[in-house]
Amino acid sequence: MNIDNIKKEFPIFNNKVQNNDLVYLDSANSSQKPQLVVDRIYDFYTKEFSNVGRSVHYLAVAATNLYENTRVLVQQYINAKDKNEIVFTKGATEAINLVANTFGQKFLSKGDEILLTELEHHSNYVPWHYLRQSKGVNIRFAEINENGDVTIESIEKNITKKTKIIAITHLSNVTGAILPIKEIIDLAHSKNIPVLIDGCQGAPHLKLDMQELDCDFYAISCHKMYGPTGLGILYAKKKWLEELPPYQGGGGMIREVKKEGITYGDLPNKFEAGTMATAQVIAFGESIKFLNKIGIKNIEKHEKNLTMYGEEVLRKNNSVKLIGNPKNKGSVLSFTLDGVHAHDIATILDEDGVAIRAGHHCCQILHDKLGLSATARASLGVYNVKEDLDKLNESLKKCIKIFNG
Amino acid sequence: MNLKELYQEIILDHGKNPRNLRKTDNFNKDAKGHNPLCGDKVHVYLKLDENKKVEDISFEGEGCAISMASASIMTDLVKGKDEKDVKEIVSDFLQMIKEKDEIQTNLLKEDEKTKLMCLSGVKQFPMRVKCATLSWHTLTSAIDRSQNEINTENMDL
Repeated sequence: MNIDNIKKEFPIFNNKVQNNDLVYLDSANSSQKPQLVVDRIYDFYTKEFSNVGRSVHYLAVAATNLYENTRVLVQQYINAKDKNEIVFTKGATEAINLVANTFGQKFLSKGDEILLTELEHHSNYVPWHYLRQSKGVNIRFAEINENGDVTIESIEKNITKKTKIIAITHLSNVTGAILPIKEIIDLAHSKNIPVLIDGCQGAPHLKLDMQELDCDFYAISCHKMYGPTGLGILYAKKKWLEELPPYQGGGGMIREVKKEGITYGDLPNKFEAGTMATAQVIAFGESIKFLNKIGIKNIEKHEKNLTMYGEEVLRKNNSVKLIGNPKNKGSVLSFTLDGVHAHDIATILDEDGVAIRAGHHCCQILHDKLGLSATARASLGVYNVKEDLDKLNESLKKCIKIFNG
Repeated sequence: MNLKELYQEIILDHGKNPRNLRKTDNFNKDAKGHNPLCGDKVHVYLKLDENKKVEDISFEGEGCAISMASASIMTDLVKGKDEKDVKEIVSDFLQMIKEKDEIQTNLLKEDEKTKLMCLSGVKQFPMRVKCATLSWHTLTSAIDRSQNEINTENMDL
């Protein structure tokens, strides 16, 4: 599958959006879906539907196999040691909540510290904040530098004897900074501190190898990875999944239920209570196959080139100020425009079919630090081409014209 | 959708040079408003005289052209009106932004109505309605002292 011609795999680009060709620059928010993934959901519901893991009839067995097959595909894609280290959740948010809740319950007490960074998305802060209230733990934030990067030094400075877990983003959804997670994990492990990586922005764009990385937890958002909504993945080392208590109780996660007490099922069932997002899991298998067909190295190269091109184009526009200049940057271009608020930019761009995001991108801590109430953000995916960035720039010129005459 | 209707000259002017963007000395009523989805913030200050007439009104805050212009025009129009009339104007404005075609109250002069009508283009941009209404809800809150902080996510526009 050739990445230069990949747009045709995405049916959304066949339609006009308000009479315009769609220039989709909001993939950090959510990615578009290839036809294969959409078809897989339709096929499953029309020809193969059954609940998984319970009944013995033909359809149930087939659906269970398909469901478990995605688990193996994910395991291979991220090179996890064991397929039972892959837990399906309703999203990356739930994956992080699962860890914060169960890890907090079992291992944290008053005065313990959790280390985050100023780059974190609200979904990697709010779940930990609950532990401030319920357990009396403290949260520290490793600071960003002037480039919008979090360095290993900034992490090291904030590790204390009380640090019980470090939870950090792989790739900032605002500055695009790719954190030195391998170094951070090694440092943390040298002090016996487990690490959770919020991989929402990392997983769709970067090569992943859980065994090499050696992280304890890695959260993935499937809808940002050309997959369906309502699905996330928690990768966790087996020892953690064995040690942590269940997150939610219900059917499917038990071994034996008696009036006197309950024993829980084996991994990963222990963490998959109730009927799961079956169709989404099965369709996500197609997303993984799609990514495999293009090749993650090709994706990294394609997006790197586009990001550099985008930066070059935007730097030539004197009214644009790019946010962050990190050493290693993912395919996120956040910016402000002189005299034009981000929301006005987004509305004006929208009229040209250019879809971007405006606001604080669920990163208020970071925006407060930057002294900005809102930024505009263009974020890229496999289907973007240079012309998309040219169109972005043209529309930005229109904003300037409307506002500054 | 029509961008020209949204970004009329008067909106751009008030957005760039908001009137009454300051803090009233000796204000006796105030309220804060916040749109958590986009980060827009506004703080409205009111000084009512003994007859409950708006002696001064001002606001502080930051936001897009629509929200700044809306707050700016609002503060211009309600100055000198008494509390009861201010509430009628607010209610009329909110109805116009939501469903009605025109400003109907007789409390405003024709040119003032025209000014407010410049914000009617927002109707075509559902995601932006909250930008236009934030300061108005905050003004109501300041008068009523009903809520400490207006949050656009907890209300019907």
